[in-house]
Amino acid sequence: MARIAPATTARLPRWERGPAPWWLRLLLPLLAVAITFVIAALLIAASGANPLDVFREMLVTPFTRRTSRLEILVRLTPLLLTGISVAIAFRAGYYNIGAEGQLYAGAMAAAFIGPQLGGWSQAAAIAVMLVGGLTAGAAWALLPALLKVYAKVDEVVTTLLLNSVMLLLVGGLLNGPWRDPVSGWPRSPTIADAAMFPQVIARSRVHFGFVVALVLVALFWWVLARTCFGLEVRSVGLGATAARFMGVNVRKTVLIAALVSGAVAGVAGVSEVAGIHGYLIEGISPEYGYTGIIVATFGGLHALGVTVAASFIALVDIGSTTAARTLGVPAYLGNVVQAVLLLVTLAVLLLGRYRPVRRRASEESA
Amino acid sequence: MSGSAGAPTGTPAGAPAGAPAGAPDPFVSLRGVTKRFGSLTALADVDLDVHAGEVLALLGENGAGKTTLTKILYGLYQADEGQVTVAGRPAAFRSPADAIASGVGLVTQHFSLVPSLTVVENVVLGREGGAILDRAKLEASVLATAERYGLDVAPRARVRAMSVGAQQRVEILKALHRDCKLLILDEPTAVLTPQDSERLFETLEGLRAQGLAVIIITHKLREVMRVSQRVAVLRGGRVAGERRTADASEAELARLMIGRDAALVERRAVVGGVAEATQTVAETSSARAQGAPAQDQAPTASTALLEVRDLSLSDRRGVKLLDSVSFDLHPGELVGVAAVAGNGQSELVSILTGMTKPTAGQVRLGGRTVSGLPPKRLTQLGVGRIPEDRFEAVVGQLTVRENLALEHLDAFTTAGHLAGGKMAAEADRLIAEYQVKAKPTDLVRTLSGGNIQKIVLARTLSRDPRFVVAAQPTRGLDVGATAYVHQRLLEQRDRGAAVLLVSEDLDEVLRLSDRVLVMYGGRLVGDISADDVDVQRIGLLMAGEGALAAHG
Repeated sequence: MARIAPATTARLPRWERGPAPWWLRLLLPLLAVAITFVIAALLIAASGANPLDVFREMLVTPFTRRTSRLEILVRLTPLLLTGISVAIAFRAGYYNIGAEGQLYAGAMAAAFIGPQLGGWSQAAAIAVMLVGGLTAGAAWALLPALLKVYAKVDEVVTTLLLNSVMLLLVGGLLNGPWRDPVSGWPRSPTIADAAMFPQVIARSRVHFGFVVALVLVALFWWVLARTCFGLEVRSVGLGATAARFMGVNVRKTVLIAALVSGAVAGVAGVSEVAGIHGYLIEGISPEYGYTGIIVATFGGLHALGVTVAASFIALVDIGSTTAARTLGVPAYLGNVVQAVLLLVTLAVLLLGRYRPVRRRASEESA
Repeated sequence: MSGSAGAPTGTPAGAPAGAPAGAPDPFVSLRGVTKRFGSLTALADVDLDVHAGEVLALLGENGAGKTTLTKILYGLYQADEGQVTVAGRPAAFRSPADAIASGVGLVTQHFSLVPSLTVVENVVLGREGGAILDRAKLEASVLATAERYGLDVAPRARVRAMSVGAQQRVEILKALHRDCKLLILDEPTAVLTPQDSERLFETLEGLRAQGLAVIIITHKLREVMRVSQRVAVLRGGRVAGERRTADASEAELARLMIGRDAALVERRAVVGGVAEATQTVAETSSARAQGAPAQDQAPTASTALLEVRDLSLSDRRGVKLLDSVSFDLHPGELVGVAAVAGNGQSELVSILTGMTKPTAGQVRLGGRTVSGLPPKRLTQLGVGRIPEDRFEAVVGQLTVRENLALEHLDAFTTAGHLAGGKMAAEADRLIAEYQVKAKPTDLVRTLSGGNIQKIVLARTLSRDPRFVVAAQPTRGLDVGATAYVHQRLLEQRDRGAAVLLVSEDLDEVLRLSDRVLVMYGGRLVGDISADDVDVQRIGLLMAGEGALAAHG
């Protein structure tokens, strides 16, 4: 068949941008936040409150009190972990929506191992907890990853559905064999003291999990930017066919990225059990796994971006709770802000890649 | 280029040659139609008429302008100059909807059918008429159309379950149901079995008898002779000739299509720069005898580096895309593969580059079987790979530096850690050596086609491969970049590598190759030494005529 134009054009189509300039890459997230708050303001006004009061309470007040400042760090911990969990997978072009389930798998492992570690040294106990959690998270991620790599089964569907399976499994365990025999509450036996994560800031709930999260964020950056595997992951995510052509083992790369993603989400589960509660309960994750998708996307799948995004969302989380208490607006406001932020971010990201152009009649077929 | 061909250029008012004498006004007529894409002129001053009740074959090589012409007639493109009239009225279609309203229908190779819907549903889709779907009425109307034109389709069958030939009939039926008066078929037989093709031709004869105008785009001479009343040959965007089919011979059409004489074939031996040493075949041979670099590795039958044996590839339906292809390649030899697109050469390249496993047969490199090995192993064994689509060889969103390193990642890795300094040094070296106009940190996506190709060449050829497979290496490149690529490939040959050049540009193949392999229908139908290249014969082989001649 004759080709109309050269198969590979010398120039990009005029609606496609080259590499986005630095100011645009900085501006777009800010634009997303601004649009999000305009939409949120309308919703707040509709619920009868003054949007400016609510925003002040949500974004400024948390910084004025030591407790809420530190609570932001507590909330930041799981968000950083699920954020980079999702980012790793997305970078390989594997859309893992299952961080929530993988987090619970890690939490379950922690709740299972934790009570048996009485008498262990703290270092050894914590190491065992972490290894257990990341193994469980990876194991829960294994099946969808294998299905994707060997049978091309869409991972979005499988990972998402496995979340429900995991939640039912946890519910079953907590209401069955693990139910607290003393109180009758649906919660697992308390883990050994040695297995509890130590505080890292005195008189606060900020725990060792926060340090783990920061280390993993740094590691995430290093692996992607500086290692052979990181380059392979990026090449697979950005162009799987070309990566395969150049000799990258695409299946292996996707499989490993998916498992690492599950493992990091599993660590988030351990961190919540061993750092906060000391046992497993059903609502241990208020959908941190899904929020991780927002964090990763808003953070542009970059280590620094994920950190900023997670911090912002942690602030909104804490702030909306305070705002709900003091101003009587619905506590769901924080969730609404996050959800709107994801949608707006996705829309705004397109502006980074494309520029608005007027359509010509001759292009309508394209 | 070919004044004797009777091209009607320069006489826009007159009817093109070959039009039936005393025929009524044509249904569609083009006068002086020109279409440019940037600096490329796809169609230049084309005059063409199509009459009701005739099948016009549009013949031409890849890039001759056939599809551009089709898209103008179907409203997908607008002509830059010239006039199109349909049924006597000026027709400047701005969209396919305009074209359909004026009675133009198009059937491409890529069907626009919804697989999960039935035949009737597909045919009426978009013009169901009213809010309520009156299935009985719609089915009756579709059946009436099918019967009128003698198209055999099962109205309630799901398209998904139908053969390609049957799906094509649904496409045709769809066009007819919208009252088309001119049916354009773009390489309709490319996807069909011989039996289905024959059936299609019978259908087309039926349509013609019903008074439809039909344009069939093809590059197969046999089909032209079989089905058309008139044939127009396009070459380089111009009408190279127009004939009544009954008056034309296959040899003449092949010559019109390819448009050059055998004596013009040239081959270059690279000694120095791009502009140097352009010689005819005879001169090249003598230059070699006088000590050109390639002479030391002059091919002999015993030193085949690459042996391809009975290589076959079938698709999921069992259609043979590649059928028992065998050939040898010697060190210091550049062999060209000439074929019209879709005759198995892409599949051959895909297997040689490690992207596809053959269903039968094997490829041996230096005596070792390499077919089925993954790309990484092939690279390590000294296979240099330049794929058809250069975006298959680079990740556009990664930097030049990263793309230059990825294929040989082991060389830039120490204990899993990327050797950044080494990568940077290699990138600087290759950018300088291959004159790539880019910074190492630029995203490859933002470069021009020529510079992207240079990156692929640099990465591949800097490793001194034993065997180079280069597919469409100059597609879309400007003259300077093309010459550059040619020079680099000839350097590889002269260095002693075996080079396989697969290209749709026959000029390129003839100019560079020591030997020309011709493929048709997935089979190797010709293996011709550069010394006795006969363009007309190659043209016939490419159009599927030589194979028949060989068998009978």
